[in-house]
Amino acid sequence: MEGLILLIPIALFLGLVGFGGFLWSMRSGQYDDLEGASYRALFEEDDMDKPEK
Amino acid sequence: MADLKSEDAFAGKNAPIENFLVEGLHCPSCIREIEGALQKKSIIKNARLNMTTQRLAVEWADNFPHSTANNDAVIETLKELGFKGYMFKDSPSGAADDKEGRWLLICMAIAGFAMMNIMLFSISDWAGTDMGQETRGFFHWISALIALPACAVAGMPFYKSAWGALKARTLNMDVPISLAVILSLGMSVMQTILRSGDTYYDAAVMLLFFLLIGRFLDRKMRNHARATAHNLMSYRPSKATIVTETGESESCLIEMLRPDMVVRVAPGERIPVDGVIIGGISEVDTSLVTGETLPVSATIEDKVFAGTINISGAIDIRITALSGKTLLDEIIGLMETAEQGRAKYVRLADRAAQIYAPAVHLLALLTFIGWMVLTTVGWQQSLITAIAVLIITCPCALGLAVPVVQIVASSRLFKNGILVKAPDGLERLAEVDVVAFDKTGTLTLGQPEITNGDSLDPAMLELGASLAKTSTHPLCRALIVACHERNIPTIATSSPLHEEPGMGLKAQINGKEVRLGNRDWCQVPADVQKNSRYSELWLKITDEEPVFFAFQDRLRKDAVQVVDWFHKKGFEILLLSGDRPDVVADVAKTLGITDYLGGAKPQDKIDRLEELKAQGKKILMVGDGLNDAPALSAAYVSISPSTAADVSQNAADFIFQSQSLDSIVRAYQISRSSRRLVFSNFALAAIYNLIAVPFAAAGFLTPLICAIAMSASSIVVTANALRLNLVPLFSPNQTRER
Repeated sequence: MEGLILLIPIALFLGLVGFGGFLWSMRSGQYDDLEGASYRALFEEDDMDKPEK
Repeated sequence: MADLKSEDAFAGKNAPIENFLVEGLHCPSCIREIEGALQKKSIIKNARLNMTTQRLAVEWADNFPHSTANNDAVIETLKELGFKGYMFKDSPSGAADDKEGRWLLICMAIAGFAMMNIMLFSISDWAGTDMGQETRGFFHWISALIALPACAVAGMPFYKSAWGALKARTLNMDVPISLAVILSLGMSVMQTILRSGDTYYDAAVMLLFFLLIGRFLDRKMRNHARATAHNLMSYRPSKATIVTETGESESCLIEMLRPDMVVRVAPGERIPVDGVIIGGISEVDTSLVTGETLPVSATIEDKVFAGTINISGAIDIRITALSGKTLLDEIIGLMETAEQGRAKYVRLADRAAQIYAPAVHLLALLTFIGWMVLTTVGWQQSLITAIAVLIITCPCALGLAVPVVQIVASSRLFKNGILVKAPDGLERLAEVDVVAFDKTGTLTLGQPEITNGDSLDPAMLELGASLAKTSTHPLCRALIVACHERNIPTIATSSPLHEEPGMGLKAQINGKEVRLGNRDWCQVPADVQKNSRYSELWLKITDEEPVFFAFQDRLRKDAVQVVDWFHKKGFEILLLSGDRPDVVADVAKTLGITDYLGGAKPQDKIDRLEELKAQGKKILMVGDGLNDAPALSAAYVSISPSTAADVSQNAADFIFQSQSLDSIVRAYQISRSSRRLVFSNFALAAIYNLIAVPFAAAGFLTPLICAIAMSASSIVVTANALRLNLVPLFSPNQTRER
């Protein structure tokens, strides 16, 4: 039973991390262009010269 | 210079990012080409292309603020790469929609997070028969800690809408949903405090999560359609060429035009404003405005309207004062009156809620009374059982029944090139019994085609084509097409060619003067080949008999099949056109339409529709022109092609993008199928309730049964909606598309 004291906060914490990650990815525009990303993976690195800010 | 300044003010000084719309994107390398080329420019810090929305965001370099010249540079670069670029003006309403969509997504994430964590405790609660009372109570408290704030936030969209409905003294689906959530939470908290039994935190959160998924997808689909519609409208030219008092011409944004300015319109361009011609002579294609297919000749002192196309010569137009008497004002006035006459449509889901909500609440009340009267468990236990009834009749399946079908239907329509603009458009479309078509640009393509080509001497066609080759006039283009179809070579004549705007062309070929143009240009007396039905071109070789080319607007290639299909299904079909009556009669005959009206003004079209409405008919109006816009808003439901005038697209409930009319049949089929599926979903939800309610009323309900019932009913309803993807759709050549 003592394990619960430890496990429940851990479970909640991990859940919150996932939730936070989702909010972050949405705010930073990860879902804005779902089609383009699949194509961009095929580009050579040096073609897109200027780095993203 | 003054102009530049005000232009900057117009676009907003501190906008570091400019959006462009790019046409012609089709492959991955497009992204690389465009971004690569733009980023090499010194004025641009960063360029990013969004494939989903087809929009290009350009961030200017710090020392090069945004200006018209820079915008032009971007559009020019795109042109060099072979893409068409347009300035994109975002509408404020679009941004607000986006914000709301994000809010829904956050609500959904919160509900999802809460649901999974609470499930963790619920499952151990259900499974752990040897769990101590203390531990169980502890788990309930933690669940309450997660569920209460989560439901307070994630349930907002429902509470708000329910409250709005209650204030307006009606019932919508959100009322029972909100009640179920609030009551189940309240009861669970009570049970937790009293340590006296089952809790339903998981059910409340699960209900919200499922419904939010449906709502979010629905909104996303609609936003997608709206963004595409918005894109279509951005293709309109945003600039005009003005002529200053000193006689110089310069480019100017449409929004900057003021009355009494002079605008120069080159041949082939769309006239941007209402005005009076003060210089030049030309012909004007007014089909989008009046439905008339023949080009109208226009010269000094003639009035021209925005949306018409200048065909043969450059003209200077003085913009008439915007005194509220322009053609557009008249049309908009008519539209507003028509709109008011439209009965408010009550959506299926709301109609269901108006039956469902009172029934459920009555049932809960009866349960409470029944337990109070027939047993001795006391009011607390009776209340708990009554609330259990409310929870199990949870509107989960019912709340999803409509949106899930709507989502599947809109996405299937979208794949077929049909955009759903009005949220309730699909439901209304399924109820129509009369189809009213416009002619020009709807049943026909709005492009002329030669009609007497087979009876003419091919040599004459060839000679005509050799002159016509260099011209952009629509009739000349049609002549070239006619030659292509008959495998006649079209080689531009090498001898010097003279073009007289508004008249025709002439050239010296083999020592003879050859003229191609209108009747006057070829000096044909008015009594030869009397004709008011066809657009005409004449070809005259010095002293020979003139040759007559007749042209007619051509039907869309599947117009006959589409009209046939509606006939066979027993629809009344109507043809309303602003074109000349004999032309309309011709088209009606070809298509087998008996009920037609030619030479109709916008008001005439509305009158005809009102007449039918008074007989209780529900009309689907299909039209594209400015003159159709009032009729589009007066009809029960309306569809426009994407080539339609802006105003018409705004008025229409659906927009179709393809060249062929089969979209209309498909939209109708999908709307019928989705209506059928909505009803079968209602039936499924009713069956579910019939089974579950007796259990709950008898007090057998446990949280486990509740959770299983809820997810199972949602899955059944969703799976049923997905069947819409299996419905075969109409295809003109009778091979059925899946």
